[in-house]
Amino acid sequence: MAIIPPVVVQATNVSKRFVVRKDNSIKERLVTFGRVGRRHRKEFWALRDVDLTITAGSTIGLIGHNGSGKSTLLKVIGGIIDPTHGEVSRRGRIAALLELGAGFHPDLTGRENVFLNASILGLTRSQTQQRLPDILAFAGIGEFIDTQVKFYSSGMYVRLAFAVAVHTDPDLLLVDEVLAVGDEAFQRKCLDKIRSFQQEGRTIVLVSHSLGQVTEMCDRAVLLNKGEVVFDGEPAEAVAQFRNILEDRRLADVAREPEKPVAGGHIDKAVVSPIGGEPGDDVPPGSDLRIRIELSNETEMPDWVCAIQLDNGLGQIVYGTTTKRLNVALRPFTGTRTVEYILRDVHFGTGKYFVNVSLMDRYGVHLHDLPQAASFNVPDFPLAAGTVHATPEFVDYAN
Amino acid sequence: MIGTSSYSGTLSGAWRSLRDIHAHREMLGLLIRRDLKARYKDSALGFVWTLIRPLTQLAIYYIVIGKFLSAERGIPDFAVYIFTGLTAYSLFSEIIGGSTASIVGNAGLIKKVYLPREVFPLASVGSALFNFMIQVVILLAATIAVGEPPLTVEIFYVIPALLVILTFGTALGLLLSAANVYLRDIQYLVEVVLLIMLWASPVVYSWEMVKSFVGEGLLLEVYTNNPVTLAVLGFQRAFWVGGHDAVAYPEDLLLRLVIALGFGIVFLFGFQRVFSRLQGNFAQEL
Repeated sequence: MAIIPPVVVQATNVSKRFVVRKDNSIKERLVTFGRVGRRHRKEFWALRDVDLTITAGSTIGLIGHNGSGKSTLLKVIGGIIDPTHGEVSRRGRIAALLELGAGFHPDLTGRENVFLNASILGLTRSQTQQRLPDILAFAGIGEFIDTQVKFYSSGMYVRLAFAVAVHTDPDLLLVDEVLAVGDEAFQRKCLDKIRSFQQEGRTIVLVSHSLGQVTEMCDRAVLLNKGEVVFDGEPAEAVAQFRNILEDRRLADVAREPEKPVAGGHIDKAVVSPIGGEPGDDVPPGSDLRIRIELSNETEMPDWVCAIQLDNGLGQIVYGTTTKRLNVALRPFTGTRTVEYILRDVHFGTGKYFVNVSLMDRYGVHLHDLPQAASFNVPDFPLAAGTVHATPEFVDYAN
Repeated sequence: MIGTSSYSGTLSGAWRSLRDIHAHREMLGLLIRRDLKARYKDSALGFVWTLIRPLTQLAIYYIVIGKFLSAERGIPDFAVYIFTGLTAYSLFSEIIGGSTASIVGNAGLIKKVYLPREVFPLASVGSALFNFMIQVVILLAATIAVGEPPLTVEIFYVIPALLVILTFGTALGLLLSAANVYLRDIQYLVEVVLLIMLWASPVVYSWEMVKSFVGEGLLLEVYTNNPVTLAVLGFQRAFWVGGHDAVAYPEDLLLRLVIALGFGIVFLFGFQRVFSRLQGNFAQEL
């Protein structure tokens, strides 16, 4: 018989309305009293009828573009803001890591701030005293602990704040983008700590723009768009849907602002398809990829170079090449021209990829760039994650 | 499970807030200590500064009002008299001033962490009380220095008087701290009103002077039943032994204090409910 884990947070029909007022003093309020005043108010719904049940021991990622209501939902869960309609019930101790070092007072020493911050996060004095050595070891700031925190470097400040936060033993940890700060070593330390939280069976809700992090760490993802839950389930599926939303928005933006023509060469369009397929088809590992680029030029263009670059959904460069690298000399032309790159035997990892095309003169000066000129999808490969495809096998020599 | 957003019964709501604050009492202590420590950090004189202000006020009032304007006639031990009133009044004004700014001043915390928000005005009350204690010690030293220590049964007036200041101060502090989030003009308005209230209570002149000026009647009753006036009078009854037989006090001062205390408790309860209703939107308004 399966054990049903207890519910930690139950949100029913949660809606949140924000009212933005432009008048904020008595004088302005009096002047704009009554009906006129209503014109100075703008309201919008940051959350609409959100239902969410979080069971103990799960790690949930909240994703969505900027302004989709992720952080608002996190704050409603944490009790920092009350919903306009609906109800949230929660159980156990909650630690919200919405900002590291919230409540640090610059004039107090590190040690005094540790006690203050720990008690804000719900520890008693004796518990803090007991964990102080661990906290100090994790923060690694040595003798500076008795210095006022205003003299700390920003790195020391963040390390101390994180050390306090992760030693408070919450039942439910709410994390909002705090993992984006600090150097790489520190981020790794944070992620390790969060993984050990997962192993201890704690519940974590995290807001992240790093979709890789979400698919890697969460067992469930909630996709928000304009304050509504669009998808709730498998992280990989949520991320794929999110990328579609982003792509739609991008296309809408492109449609709104037509490209300005640039003198001396123009990239009209680029189309990407697997050889033997149509544009828009999935590109499974092992296919040949065709990128057809149409160029035009009104005046005579000198020697030129055509470059392509592939980015993954997070904007990281995964591939790039130029006609210069291929030792192709392109002669001047006027009128229109069609060129094609064929990438043989590509092995990209799961996800969406974007093709950027650039036109340069022979000195490398960009004549025209067409960022995200086309895109393609690589179908889901359940055995591995990352931007490169390889079929994994595993051998155990123990016996 | 702990539910939010539904406004449960007023009484159980107040009870829950109280329990919530009780659970955070240790943090309240740390916040008070933070306020006190941070205020004079890096200053050479430190806590001495908390005394310099009231002592300067005392000197000014004593010399200008007492001597130049001869208000001290008919008021024995005029310096003790003024300092008693100032001690009581500055407790009230520090509670109100400090708590009005407390929510806005702790915006960083309120936006990021869930806490019972009442702790911030309460921490202001706590640090005001600490400064008050220091002033009381000085006041006692002064009464001993003039040879009239308050060793009479009247010292017990200090209990209802202090409670009146604390209940009214905390109640108004809760209300104003919440209102200030929505309308920042409140904190400037409060400064002005506090200035008026200093002169609207018998701190540097005697109640008798008011009585002889406005005569018996409604106006005198209104003046007298101001809780700050009552508390100041209560403090003078307790600490200012020199004036026991020299000046007149309103009739039934003790009864008035007890009634004021009753009102204070009702206000405290009511304004706490208002506060908890308003606090739901603090995080987005700050």
